[in-house]
Amino acid sequence: MSIGEYIRDSQIWKSIFRHPAPYDRRNRVVVMLTNFFLHLHPVSVKKQGIALSYTWCMGGITFFLFLVEAITGVLLMFYYRPTLEWAYNDILALRDVTTLGIMREIHRWGAHAMVITVWLHMYRVFLTGSYKPPREFNWVVGVLLLVLTLLLSFTGYLLPWDQLAIWAITVGSNMARATPFLGHEGPGAQILNLGGYDLITNASDARFILLGGRFVGEATLNRFYILHCVAIPLVVSLLIAIHFWRVRKDGGISQPL
Amino acid sequence: MNPHPDLTSQVIRSLGWLYLALCAMNLVWTFRLGKAKASVAALAVWSSYCTALALLAMVHLTKFAEPQNFPFFMPLSIKTQIDGLANPVIFFAVSTLLFIAMIVLREWWTKPTIAWLILNAAILFMALSMTDYDFRQIVGKPDNVPIVAMLFIVGFFTWLFFSRAVENDRRIALGKPTVEKEGDEKVLVWPDLVYSEMICMIALTAILVIWGVVLQAPLEDPASSVKTPNPSKAPWYFLGLQEMLVYYDPWMAGVVLPSVILVGLMALPYIDFNKNGNGYYTFNQRKFSIITFLFGFIPLWIGLIILGTFLRGPNWNFFGIYEYWDVHKLEVLNNVNLSEYFWIRGLDQPLPAAGADASALVKTLAILKREWVGLAAVLAYLLLLPPLMAGTIFQKFFVKMGFVRYMVLANLILFMAALPIKMVLRWAFNLKYIVAIPEWFFNI
Ligand code: HEM
Repeated sequence: MSIGEYIRDSQIWKSIFRHPAPYDRRNRVVVMLTNFFLHLHPVSVKKQGIALSYTWCMGGITFFLFLVEAITGVLLMFYYRPTLEWAYNDILALRDVTTLGIMREIHRWGAHAMVITVWLHMYRVFLTGSYKPPREFNWVVGVLLLVLTLLLSFTGYLLPWDQLAIWAITVGSNMARATPFLGHEGPGAQILNLGGYDLITNASDARFILLGGRFVGEATLNRFYILHCVAIPLVVSLLIAIHFWRVRKDGGISQPL
Repeated sequence: MNPHPDLTSQVIRSLGWLYLALCAMNLVWTFRLGKAKASVAALAVWSSYCTALALLAMVHLTKFAEPQNFPFFMPLSIKTQIDGLANPVIFFAVSTLLFIAMIVLREWWTKPTIAWLILNAAILFMALSMTDYDFRQIVGKPDNVPIVAMLFIVGFFTWLFFSRAVENDRRIALGKPTVEKEGDEKVLVWPDLVYSEMICMIALTAILVIWGVVLQAPLEDPASSVKTPNPSKAPWYFLGLQEMLVYYDPWMAGVVLPSVILVGLMALPYIDFNKNGNGYYTFNQRKFSIITFLFGFIPLWIGLIILGTFLRGPNWNFFGIYEYWDVHKLEVLNNVNLSEYFWIRGLDQPLPAAGADASALVKTLAILKREWVGLAAVLAYLLLLPPLMAGTIFQKFFVKMGFVRYMVLANLILFMAALPIKMVLRWAFNLKYIVAIPEWFFNI
């Protein structure tokens, strides 16, 4: 009996994995049904449906990058404090002294890559017409995921608290002040007044809600930190779960009829 | 000594490695041609090209001349010519022409040899451009590296799409099954899918780690709310929106148009009534939807990101790729509103205005009178064009789609067209606003 077989025969191994090694056809089917992680997949698929030249693997890569971001992000959260006093210095320390400070690089480049792969995934889904019935709703879920991916990236951009960060967020969020009706420099905002008092001012408009203040400051840092590390990832995880579930329920990866 | 040398020994050495990589790529290519029994003449040409690349790489890698005497660089005359062409009008015209060529000539440029030549030309052009200091400053910024990569990646996948679509369209015309239909047999997910997923994950991890080691994430000076950098740019994926600010006010460019893009994307499956082309690549069966989507994605979305990242410098002025980002570069802006065209230049009258102590109603009426031409034009665009198109060019769509679907489609297309239309009006007539009511923050 080889060591491998011995381990696989032990009570511990068998208690974790609910199936024998996937060496024969039967067990290759069983493994897909009995393993939590693998059961996201069907047991068998059409060969062309999983061809790289067909799916470009972009949805899968996007998901993988999301996981990478989650893991590196949690590690970064151990070091980083979202306050005016510490934010910049903590990032500096990650660069210069912290062991495994490369997590910041991986997190940042992974985020850039995820934005690109999400676009390419959408591009492929469009070009194969995979949004057509019965997959219309999953496309809509996808568009929401696209928006949230961009927002994740946008909120994260502020956290290093350097010049690049606050000015990019300032430029980006300045648009909110021109929101029709809800921004204090947007068309229609003047109509919203009660007894001569403007309801929409620079201390009550859409931009103020986003930034938690009239300019990008400590409240913004806190707000973006929570959005970036907690709120948006939770929603994205839920939507990804729905997205994957729908891929299966809608009949798997699209195929010619 | 020049503090900003075009060539340094480090640049030359890196280019040497790049040429070596290009040479290796072409060796593989030539080798595959040989296996596919290509003609001797073709093999001879490709082998000489490989040899030339190898020599070029050697020249760069052996310290054969001092940087200032090094013979391989982008000649100044070409640089000035390219920079001279650099303005938004030419950028947009060229990208639109390329877009049309991409679609019309799809059967030609998707041929492997042609695509390979285009790729080689692009890499050689990048490599030569790297010998310019200012070019390196923009392209080499760590945050911009992914955008350069994205250019090549989007190009690659667009090629992949068109070559698959051309192949399938050919098969469909002959009544044969598509490529996707042919691979119809089922395979087990373990091992066929899980193994490729695992290889993919390992490869990606390796790429991310190497990328992280080679390129340090940027960190500038600590945030300061008084020192405004020039230019101040949004994160790169929003630069297309920031570029739209040149033509539209923030409420349009930053709020309305992005919302329309998202609503349009979500509405897409519900307005595309064409049942063909579900689950396989094709162009001929879905011409309209593919051309529209590609136009939005390639020249407008990706194109404007490229423009915003690489070609917009201080004060959001337009700079050529080899041009120094001079803060003092002046661009004369004398844009004129439509109302000024109409009243001042057309009728030779002052703009209608109400007296300072007039009532709110009189003031409002004066504003409406001042802007009536623009307001009428916008209303006509949004309200008259859809029924007009329904009766003419979109007649088939209207009949098939029904009223609601058709109206959604027509409005989405009109909004998408609003950007290029305003661009052209700006360039041709220096038109600033079609409707200019700064009193209400309502400029279009
Ligand atoms: C966080 C973002 C996203 C993740 C992780 C994700 C993941 C995936 C995965 C793994 C698949 C399986 C097939 C494949 O890999 O191509 C898939 C399919 C699909 N995705 Fe996404 N996706 C995301 C965003 C989007 C977006 C932005 C869209 C479109 C706007 C979209 C629309 C779809 C549709 C319609 C399918 C079914 C395609 C088919 O059956 O061929 N997804 N997604």
